[in-house]
Amino acid sequence: MTKDLSLNALQANGIRCQESLSMTGKPVLHYFNGRGRMESVRWLLAAAGVEFEEKLFENHEEFEKLIQGGTLMYEQVPMVEIDGMNLVQTRAILRYIAAKYGLYGRSLEEQAWIDMYVEGLRDLSDMIMFFPLSLPEEKEMNLEYILHRATTRFFPAYEKALRDNKQHFLVGNRLSWADVQLLEVILMVEECKAGVLSGFPLLQDFKVRTSQIPTIKRFLQPGSQRKPPLDDESIGTVKDIFKFEQGMFLKNMSTIVAEY
Amino acid sequence: ENQAIAVMAGKPVLHYSDCRGRMEAVRWLLAAAGVEFEEKFLKTRDDLERLRNDGSLMFQQVPMVEIDGMKLVQTRAILNYIATKYNLYGKDMKERAIIDMYTEGLMDLDEMVLHQPYLPKEEKEGNLAKIKDKSRNRYFPAYEKVLKSHGQDYLVGNKLSRADVYLVKLLYHVEELDPSVLANFPLLKALRTRVSNLPTVKKFLQPGSQRKPLEDEKCVEEVMKAYI
Repeated sequence: MTKDLSLNALQANGIRCQESLSMTGKPVLHYFNGRGRMESVRWLLAAAGVEFEEKLFENHEEFEKLIQGGTLMYEQVPMVEIDGMNLVQTRAILRYIAAKYGLYGRSLEEQAWIDMYVEGLRDLSDMIMFFPLSLPEEKEMNLEYILHRATTRFFPAYEKALRDNKQHFLVGNRLSWADVQLLEVILMVEECKAGVLSGFPLLQDFKVRTSQIPTIKRFLQPGSQRKPPLDDESIGTVKDIFKFEQGMFLKNMSTIVAEY
Repeated sequence: ENQAIAVMAGKPVLHYSDCRGRMEAVRWLLAAAGVEFEEKFLKTRDDLERLRNDGSLMFQQVPMVEIDGMKLVQTRAILNYIATKYNLYGKDMKERAIIDMYTEGLMDLDEMVLHQPYLPKEEKEGNLAKIKDKSRNRYFPAYEKVLKSHGQDYLVGNKLSRADVYLVKLLYHVEELDPSVLANFPLLKALRTRVSNLPTVKKFLQPGSQRKPLEDEKCVEEVMKAYI
């Protein structure tokens, strides 16, 4: 393929892959080969029909190399090269993509509703993201907590939102970032417990309908850039790359669910 | 009733405890924008339950700000709305992205800072060490570098934005916890002075304003009672 040949040529000439990829004009995602915080970015780009490249590091040394390269403002990932910027911070990345591709509402008020909805979802998805890092003896308790929050605090809010908006979408009458993120999180929670949407008929409808949107349907098919959930092997990789400690779930819970 | 009058007068109404916590960033931004606001303080569990029961809190949580007919929750949603409405969010999408990148980093640091008073005694020292380390070695150097790189008066687009306001808020707050933290950051100090001299901010920094002091025992007790 032309792309591979040109990449090899550039590599042979010692030119950094990073620069060559960004010359194609596609956004380049820098992360490890897993969901983590980058998955929402993959979802949003995919839903917007935007093709993107990924540079996925596999171990701590490769992550260190990226840090040494000086493109990470806070020495953290996710990082996305897009439109001449090296954007870090998940929300900064997501907001830019949402605004650029018309997924951020058509008024200041719509933007506010979208923000509220995505921030609520972020709280829930962060809990799920940290769950695999639970200590073994905490796993059952943490799972119960996640499901309790999902079904008593978050899902009711989104069921109500769909009921109040009377449309097929959370905000206004067209697809927005909030809808994409809601579908992503619904599927994540269902992976924790099948049938968790029973009792939420509008969310069930929403899930079916939104999954049929062509760009999203394509992303949900095998072979897409969507990443699978962490398994035991990849948990080990993540811990090595980011030097995570045991018991990170509870440590992060106070931050994630802070009532105040 | 103050609240009814405030709503009719069009002033935003902030619902939170009488403490800094997550609402302080909102107070700073409204103040910097020159927007007058009212506050309803939650003092007891009942106050929070009442808000929950009358459907005012989308996710049963505060902060909540009544503004322009909406009951906004989630700190970022609130700050985004205010910043956009009062032109403190850059001139275009790209500037907004850079502002977001800076602000989100500041919010990561603030997360450690705002938790400090509420941590159990045995965790306080460790968290404070983390705050000092991250401020001195990760965050403040990053913003000093930004200012050095363009030599302008503000972080983005040569114009005051929410990023400058948040940074200044944190510079004051971290310095309260770590008095010598700004020793090696001359440009940050200069930015803080510059922003502090803006008429709206100057007013907010004076005693008697709606700015809240560093959390004391009493504040922490009240919050624990109301929320935990």
